[in-house]
Amino acid sequence: MSTINLTTPGLGGGLRDVLRSRYLLKLLVQKELKVRYRGSILGLLWSYVKPGVQFVVFWFALGIFLGMNRNTENYPIYLFSGIVLINFFSEALGNASRSIVGNGGLIKKIYLPRELFPVASVWVSAIHFVPQLLVLLIACFIAGWKPGFAQIAAGLIGFLIVALLAIGLGLFFGAVNVYFRDSENFVDMLLMIATWASPVLYSWTMVRDGLFDAFGAGAGQVLHTIYQVNPLTIAVELFHFAFWMPTTTIGVTDQLAAVPANLLDLWMPIGVAISVFVILAGQFTFRRLEGRFAQEL
Amino acid sequence: MTTAIEVRGISKEFVLRHTRSIKEAFVWIVKGRKGDLSKKFHALDDISLTIEQGETVALLGLNGSGKSTLLKHISGVMLPDTGTVRTRGRVAGLIEVGAGFHPDLSGRDNVYLNGAILGMSEEQIEERFESILEFSEIGQFIDTEVKFYSSGMYLRLAFSVAVHTDPEIFLVDEILAVGDEPFQKKCLSKIKELAAAGKTLVVVSHDLDLISQVCERGVLLEHGRVVLDSTVDDAVSTLRSRH
Repeated sequence: MSTINLTTPGLGGGLRDVLRSRYLLKLLVQKELKVRYRGSILGLLWSYVKPGVQFVVFWFALGIFLGMNRNTENYPIYLFSGIVLINFFSEALGNASRSIVGNGGLIKKIYLPRELFPVASVWVSAIHFVPQLLVLLIACFIAGWKPGFAQIAAGLIGFLIVALLAIGLGLFFGAVNVYFRDSENFVDMLLMIATWASPVLYSWTMVRDGLFDAFGAGAGQVLHTIYQVNPLTIAVELFHFAFWMPTTTIGVTDQLAAVPANLLDLWMPIGVAISVFVILAGQFTFRRLEGRFAQEL
Repeated sequence: MTTAIEVRGISKEFVLRHTRSIKEAFVWIVKGRKGDLSKKFHALDDISLTIEQGETVALLGLNGSGKSTLLKHISGVMLPDTGTVRTRGRVAGLIEVGAGFHPDLSGRDNVYLNGAILGMSEEQIEERFESILEFSEIGQFIDTEVKFYSSGMYLRLAFSVAVHTDPEIFLVDEILAVGDEPFQKKCLSKIKELAAAGKTLVVVSHDLDLISQVCERGVLLEHGRVVLDSTVDDAVSTLRSRH
């Protein structure tokens, strides 16, 4: 009977425990999906309708009114490939930040790896991302998209960067939200910035030229590097490289006008490194704070 | 005998936070940290307790004496400020059963979800599903959303899942007071059956008559301290004579 050793309850292995409780993670994700679309006629179709409407609005406002259609080849695909990624990030981080407080009733009664909740939120968002990706792929194929290995890999890594970033930031803000409910408002603000602080609606050359014009070559270069270090910028550019660039002629004739130099050999590793760092930092903070979740919720 | 639960000198201080926003905390710091931002009180004060495998222990005390807090430390939901808690084998809490239930899911979905939350694997839940269903007496309503259940049905299903998790250590917090009488008796006999099967039980309840039927050992808590650790009859009579 005494073959099992005495262990300290309540000290989990962090994200490793999530890997061990895959079945529970699956059930939590299923629960989330069932509950969200309960009593809704369109159900999962909403994940087509919402980005669809959003796309039409942006396409009219930016593409037609502001003339982006004229100076960017295949602008609708450019726009949509960025939007789907930012939508994934917004939904994932927004829900992950609320997930700990939202599941407070459970967390203060039963011990289970609490990292499950932010991870489940990101997972649910990834499921909503799939139909949007399908729409994007259909548009790409119509425009004559023929991806190679580099394109597929860039797309996958772009998605990975955003997923890791959302889990890491979700762990951080989800844990802080238990102590300070200001955290979720801060995240809302951050998400509003995210759409504009990466080249989703405009092209990267406009950022470079704009910054150089406004601040001169020296300061402009520094600011542009800061802009470029943002992992969301890198992920969006990877998506442009993967989905939009192969459908254009500019991708063949002048790749530097399409995506920044050294995207794959410099910026991509930087993006991956930053998101790995963020997930480690998020996990660290989460573990420091989770000891008092039960009494603070 | 083998130790099942070992609690060594644990203390827990609760902070009664007055503020929940960064703004107020910031104003407080700027003003030179005048006054207390938060009040503290001792929920547990240097508690030590060793429970052997197969023991049935009642935690007794008035409201606010720290019984439930102690249970939460044994289950790992809370971590002590000082001291250590160690347990052997799987711990399952019948602490507020149904905590993991979602009102919008069917009874069946909730059995799977709650079972997994309590640490069962997919195979274990499938294997025990019939038995869970039978014990709960839910019958045909298993595919109905649990928000339409009566509170008794809800409780029966939740209790049924919890007793089927088959852990080494059972923590029971004030759940026997609900449900109709036949089901209460059924729960009671199930708990006695678990005790007879050599499971370790730690029970918190204000129903002193019931608790002396189930438990052998009684631990009396007062203001977060152990004031008596003896047989359950001693503990019950001491509690009654003191108040």
